[in-house]
Amino acid sequence: MTAGPDLLSIAEEWVRAGRGVALATVVETWGSAPRPVGSHLVIDGDGRFEGSVSGGCVEGAVVAEAAEVIADGAPRVLEFGVADETAWRVGLSCGGRIRVFVEKVA
Amino acid sequence: MRLELLAELNAARASRRAAVVVTELPGGAQRLVQNPAGDPLEAEIRAAIRSGRSGVVEADGARWFLTAHVPAPRMVVTGAVHISQALAPMAAAVGFEVTIVDPRTAFATPERFPGVDLRAEWPDVVLPDLALDPFTAFAALTHDPKIDDPALKAALDAGCFYVGALGSRKTHASRRVRLAAAGVSEDALDRVRAPIGLPIGAASPAEIAVSILAEVIAALRRPGERIP
Repeated sequence: MTAGPDLLSIAEEWVRAGRGVALATVVETWGSAPRPVGSHLVIDGDGRFEGSVSGGCVEGAVVAEAAEVIADGAPRVLEFGVADETAWRVGLSCGGRIRVFVEKVA
Repeated sequence: MRLELLAELNAARASRRAAVVVTELPGGAQRLVQNPAGDPLEAEIRAAIRSGRSGVVEADGARWFLTAHVPAPRMVVTGAVHISQALAPMAAAVGFEVTIVDPRTAFATPERFPGVDLRAEWPDVVLPDLALDPFTAFAALTHDPKIDDPALKAALDAGCFYVGALGSRKTHASRRVRLAAAGVSEDALDRVRAPIGLPIGAASPAEIAVSILAEVIAALRRPGERIP
């Protein structure tokens, strides 16, 4: 029931095109997390990405971590408290906590 | 995630098969499950497929993340009738892909169903193309056994998660006799919701559409519960 680009197809295409690819997935949320469990962010070795795990709050940090994951191949579990006041002011439903699993696709 | 696993997952999604990725946390050991029978996490995987919800489960001192991939729900309706004119946009708004089948070309016109996937064909002709499946809801709304009966049989055979048929109890009693004679089992006949829709006292076609859609959503989200 969701629209938008098909992130898992994008991930497969990127890998087949020879790009380094990481897949980030929201695995747990507490409080008013902006994106539901199961949401994906696909990141390539150049830091290009599609999708979202937080509606914009923590994507930058996930993309940075994804570069490490692509480099060494080891998956990581990241945890964020999403409580940024600027984000709140611009209307993002932040204030929750999320746990994100980041893995290499290869 | 191994590329082979991802490719297999994308193939399952493209062909409307449910699939669950099981990932051990935090280590990342992973498997793709399309048939949960015999899997150590069988019950949890079945629950994830039923609800369509991903989440963490704990078992035997380990933590696993289950990513549920289930097809977008579809609704197939026989009858390009007044109720369907209200039902199609409502169901689309809720997220269903809607297809309406009616061989009567006076009913099945694009003017009456703007933007709707409309098939002016007999169910026997068009249903094989539509590939009814367990993630499809089916509603028979024509009142015409020649159109509704074959489609009802196809929907029951395909394991549609919801099968409903318009008509009074008396109409439905004769429908049961006809479908039984056509080889439909008693168990399958018991799955047909008739009279169709939740009993909310719906009077107008649009209100009946609401009652049908609510019943479909309940069947999708609270399977196993007969409401009321």
